[in-house]
Amino acid sequence: MLKIENLKASLEEEDKQILKGIDLEIGEGEVHAIMGPNGSGKSTLSYVLSGKGGYVVDGGSASLDGADLLDMEPEERAAEGLFLAFQYPVEIPGVGNMTFLRTAVNSQRKMRGEEELNAAEFLKLVRARAKDLKIDADMLKRPVNVGFSGGEKKRNEILQMAMLEPKMCILDETDSGLDVDAMKLVSEGVNAMRDGKRSFLVITHYQRLLDHIKPDVVHIMAAGKIIKSGGPELALQVENEGYADLLNEVA
Amino acid sequence: MALAANNIDATEALIAAYPAPSGEGKWASDARVRALTTLRQSGAPVRRDEYWKFTNPARLTEPAKPAAILETDEVPVFEDTDKLLVVFVDGIFRTDLSDDLTMEGVEIETLASAMSKDIHWAADIYGVLEANGQNPVSRPLAALNTAVATEGLVIHVTGKASKPIALRYIRSGADTDVMVHNVIKLDAGADLTLLESGPAAARFNSSLEVEIADSAALHHVRTQGRDHERLAATHMFARLGKESRFKSFTVTVNGVLTRNEAVIEFTGDDAFATVSGASAGDGAYHHDDTVFVTHDALNCESRQVFKKVLRNGATGVFQGKILVPSHAQKTDGYQIAQGMLLEDDCTFLAKPELEIYADDVICSHGSTCGAVDETALFYLTSRGVPKDQAQDMLVLAFMDESIQEIEDTALADEIRERLGGWVERHKD
Repeated sequence: MLKIENLKASLEEEDKQILKGIDLEIGEGEVHAIMGPNGSGKSTLSYVLSGKGGYVVDGGSASLDGADLLDMEPEERAAEGLFLAFQYPVEIPGVGNMTFLRTAVNSQRKMRGEEELNAAEFLKLVRARAKDLKIDADMLKRPVNVGFSGGEKKRNEILQMAMLEPKMCILDETDSGLDVDAMKLVSEGVNAMRDGKRSFLVITHYQRLLDHIKPDVVHIMAAGKIIKSGGPELALQVENEGYADLLNEVA
Repeated sequence: MALAANNIDATEALIAAYPAPSGEGKWASDARVRALTTLRQSGAPVRRDEYWKFTNPARLTEPAKPAAILETDEVPVFEDTDKLLVVFVDGIFRTDLSDDLTMEGVEIETLASAMSKDIHWAADIYGVLEANGQNPVSRPLAALNTAVATEGLVIHVTGKASKPIALRYIRSGADTDVMVHNVIKLDAGADLTLLESGPAAARFNSSLEVEIADSAALHHVRTQGRDHERLAATHMFARLGKESRFKSFTVTVNGVLTRNEAVIEFTGDDAFATVSGASAGDGAYHHDDTVFVTHDALNCESRQVFKKVLRNGATGVFQGKILVPSHAQKTDGYQIAQGMLLEDDCTFLAKPELEIYADDVICSHGSTCGAVDETALFYLTSRGVPKDQAQDMLVLAFMDESIQEIEDTALADEIRERLGGWVERHKD
C-alpha cells in the first residue's frame, strides 16, 4: 500500500533537514502507529506525504500502490486515495461545509474517471455518514470548521474521510484536544472504516488513542528517523517509561 | 482657500462641457445655482485634494467626451426578479423600454417632469442632501451632477412597495458621457427595494439622494457595468430618520476607474445602515469606495463592509470614516475593508478613519490585505479539490462577507453567481 524509502526532507525556508531517512512500509489493511517526542518530525512526515508546500524532498521515495506520491500535486494524491486528517483542521469562512464536501468528493471522482454524485445521492450519503458521527445538520450547513469546537473539528475530519473513502488514511494527532467521549466517537468512526483493505497511519503522543484504534505495528520516531518498530506493546512501554530509555538504547 | 488659477479654468471648462438646464421651476433653478456656487468654491477635484490622493480624478473631470470601447457581452441582471423595470439608454429615460411607472404605494415621476414644476416635494431633497454632504469633505462631482443633470427619477414611497424598482442603464454609444440624478423619499414606515444595473456610459456620473423617514426601509442592490474601459463616479446621499433602515450593496467587476461615494447621516435615534460592496478587477482596474457616516443621533448602528479582489496590477481604494459627535451615545459603528491580492503587483490602499467624541460607543474598524491563504488552499487541495478551483472557492468565500449584508437571499445568490462568472472568466 504505502511504501516509504529513505525519505529525507527539509524546510524550504531554512536549511534544516527534518526527515533524515524514513523507511516505512504499510501493507493493505494494516494499522500502523507512529509515536515520538515533540519535534521528531511526525507531522512533517504527514505533510510531506500529502504534499504541503514549504518542504523540499532531499531524497528517497514514497509511493502509494506503486504510484510515486512525491511527484504529484496534493489533489492528485488525494485522488490516488491518500487522506490526511489534520491535527489543526483549517477554518474557511465563506465556504459551506456541504459545498466543500461535495466539491471534494466529485473532484476526486472526476479525476479518477468515475461518475460524479448528483445532489440527491450526495445528500443521502452525507446524512448517513454524519449521523454515525453525531454531526448535526447545522454543522453541515456552517462554513468549514468555523465556530466548531475542537471535538467537532476532529469529527468533521473523520466525516470527510468517510465521504472520500480513501485507501490510505493518515491521522495526525487526531486525539489532541479531545475529551474521552469525543475520542471514543472519533475512534469508532475510524474503526468503522477498517475493512481489511484500507490502511491507516496513526500519529499520536499517547497510548490512550491506541486502546481505541488498535495498531498492528508501532514505530518510534526521533530526530527524523524511525528508531524502533514493534507491536502494540511498544506503545505501552512508551506510556510507562517515556522516550528516554528508548532514545538511549538506540544511541 | 482661494483656488489656483488653473483650477478655476478647469472648473469653468468642466461646467461649460454640459448644457445649462433652462426653463425649469424656481426650486430647480435655485438648486442648480447653489450647486454651481459650491462647485466653483471647491473647484474640480484634483490629485492634491486629501480625498483624491489615492485616485486620480483627471479622467473624470476632462471636459472632452471620453471614449471607451463598448462591450456587448453584458449579461442582464435581476432578470428573474419580479420588478418594475425602468430603462435608461445612454442616460436618457425610455418610456418605450420601461414598465408603466405606476405601482401601489409608490409615486414615480421623471426628474425633468418634477423640475418643470414650480412647487415639488423634491425641492426638500434634490441638491439638499448633496449640499449637506459637502461638509467637511467636498464632493465637486456631485455638485456638478446637481447643477446639470436632467435625467433620473423622483420616487415617493408612501407605503410598502409591492415589488422592487429596477433601474437599468444601457449603454449604446462609445463616447457617451452621462449624468443621472435620482431622488427617493420614503414616508414613515414605507419600504422599497431599489435595484440598479448596467454599464450606463463611457463616463457615468450618478447621484442618488435618499430621505428615509422614521421606521422606513430602503434596500439598494447595485451592479455596475462590466465594460472594461468605462469610467464611473457615483454618489449616494442618505438621511435616516428614527428606527429607519438602509442597506446598500454594490458589486463592481471591471472598469478602469470607479469611484463610489456614500454619505450617510443618522438624524433619528435607533436607526440602522449598512454600505457594502464586492469588487473584482483584473489589470487596468482602479476601484475606490469613499464612505462617510455621521452618527447625529442616539443608538444607531452603521456597517461598512468592503471586499476587493485584485489581480494583474489592479488597484483598490477604501476611504471610510465614521464621525460620532459627543451627543451620539450608544453608537455602534463597524467598518471592515479587505483586499485580496492575487498577484504581487496589485495595490490596496485603505484609509479607515474614526472620529469619536461620545464616550459610550462601540466602534471598530479593520483592514487587511494579503494573498490567498496558503493553509486553506492546502486544506482544500488535500481533499482533492484542484488548485485553481480551490483558489476560486477561496476568492468567492472572501467576498461573501460583504454579500451577506444583502437582506434578500435570492438577490444575494444572484450576486454570488455574477462574481462566480467573473472568477471563471479571469484565470491565468
